[in-house]
Amino acid sequence: MMSQSSVKSKRPVKINPEAGSFKEPETAGKVVYDTKELNLWYSETHALKDVNLSFREKEVTAIIGPSGCGKSTYIKTLNRMVELVPGVRTTGEITYKGKNILDRSFKVEELRTKVGMVFQKPNPFPKSIYENIAYGPKIHGIRNKKVLDEIVERSLRGAYIWDEVKDRLNENAYGLSGGQQQRLCIARCLAIEPEVILMDEPTSALDPKSTLRIEELVQELKKEYSIIIVTHNMQQAARISDKTAFFLNGEVIEFNETNTIFTNPADSRTEDYISGRFG
Amino acid sequence: MPTNSGKPKQNAVNVREMIEEKRSSRNISNITEKLIPTILFIIASISVLTTIGIIYTLLSEAIEFFKIVPIWEFFTGTVLKPLSQNPEFGVLPLINGTIISSLIAMLVAGPIGIMSAVYLSEYASERVRRVLKPLLEVLAGIPTIVYGFFAFTFVTPVIRSIFPAVDATNILSPGIVMGVMIIPMIASLSEDAMTSVPNAMREGSLAMGATKLETTFKVVIPAAFSGIIASFVLGISRAVGETMIVTIASGSSKNFTFDITQSMQTMTAYIVEVSGGEAAAGTTIYYSLYAVALTLFVFTLIMNLLARYVSRKFREEY
Repeated sequence: MMSQSSVKSKRPVKINPEAGSFKEPETAGKVVYDTKELNLWYSETHALKDVNLSFREKEVTAIIGPSGCGKSTYIKTLNRMVELVPGVRTTGEITYKGKNILDRSFKVEELRTKVGMVFQKPNPFPKSIYENIAYGPKIHGIRNKKVLDEIVERSLRGAYIWDEVKDRLNENAYGLSGGQQQRLCIARCLAIEPEVILMDEPTSALDPKSTLRIEELVQELKKEYSIIIVTHNMQQAARISDKTAFFLNGEVIEFNETNTIFTNPADSRTEDYISGRFG
Repeated sequence: MPTNSGKPKQNAVNVREMIEEKRSSRNISNITEKLIPTILFIIASISVLTTIGIIYTLLSEAIEFFKIVPIWEFFTGTVLKPLSQNPEFGVLPLINGTIISSLIAMLVAGPIGIMSAVYLSEYASERVRRVLKPLLEVLAGIPTIVYGFFAFTFVTPVIRSIFPAVDATNILSPGIVMGVMIIPMIASLSEDAMTSVPNAMREGSLAMGATKLETTFKVVIPAAFSGIIASFVLGISRAVGETMIVTIASGSSKNFTFDITQSMQTMTAYIVEVSGGEAAAGTTIYYSLYAVALTLFVFTLIMNLLARYVSRKFREEY
């Protein structure tokens, strides 16, 4: 495994499709996402190079790497939000539960109801707290007020924000603090009961206390959801994730158990990065 | 880098000296620093003073009118015959004409303007937008007299060829053309409001599995609502104040009717007609101008206040 990753990092001309797919122990959960030979270009910029990664059920996978390494691009490819950028091209394959989501015929809305996303900056809608949570269920056809009430409460409880907002559900979400807004966004995500939650640097705009709360929340959510979290904070990755992938210049340098990555990295560049020599 | 290292040092010394030098001459600029705000205040007062002047003129002359024609007769009268032997001054036909023509205009401009804005801000590619937006602005730059002519010599005959019962001068045709005139205003202002909705909100919605259409109608438009309302109000104000198109294409019959195939007169068109020669200063008909103008003024004022209230009430802050 270690030798494979270092071979890959040297970018051999002929690529063995199996080279980057890491064998997992049989006891691990089912594979939800499997990425094979993913390449992505923004117009002329080659942003992701031969990415091979797979994620399993009910695990937290952290994606770390310096700015501009492609980690955000990669996580946005997982729910195809990356397509909002004009001029994006991809090759390769990402399968979600066995179906290739990069296939043009794949219904992207369907994917996104199963894969929630939390963004770098909290982005609640300029509506009431209640409406923010009810938005997802509503667009998917749930209109019954009683059902919606229940979903709102359950989602807010799930994101550990219910006690703070239960008396002000009809107030504008923008009256909340940044940390609360981010937990509201997580609650909004939970409202449609996704299978996977993608988090794109969810704590980078938050203070340490709010960050801690989000991290605790991730530990709780892990029991029911698969979580893929992009972070530039290595301590955070070490604290909350089961597996860690290290990205550099659009390539996956190393992907392994978080413990292994942080204590005994196979690649010297991983070691340099986690020990703070660059990035 | 090493070759330049001497230069900044030399500069630093010079800059220091220059600042010291300038500082000693600061006293003079202190005077301008205090004088300029005063001058700016006087300039800013001009518009306020003008408004006060206009209101004063309108009021004082309208009071003269209401000495001759009782105010309740003016506001409840459905007959307007200013030039008859027994003149009657009921303003309702004019208010009716104004409301109906504005209504027709907004029925045309509202939906088309908003849909254009949605297309431009959410769907159009950069290239299409670059062509379409200037074209819209050309539409906004056409003089209203040209629109009036267009209504009278083109739109009316077209309507009449389909519905022969329509009069040669009618309120429908100028109403439609006024709508066309207002489209760019509503489209452009609504588009600005929608474009300024942060992309993060669209992403939030799309990431929940909403389609683009759902995102547009359930997130973007509500978030831009106060801006859209503002564009509507400006559109209505424009329609209510529009003069040339209705004067040319709607004739000067002072009918009090809801039949849009007939000729009607608006408040503005009445002012044009009367001030076009027949009214000698001091006559009742001359004073009636001011009474109508005052009504028009109050009309737009109420509408603006109402719109401000509505847009504040439905504002989604972000």
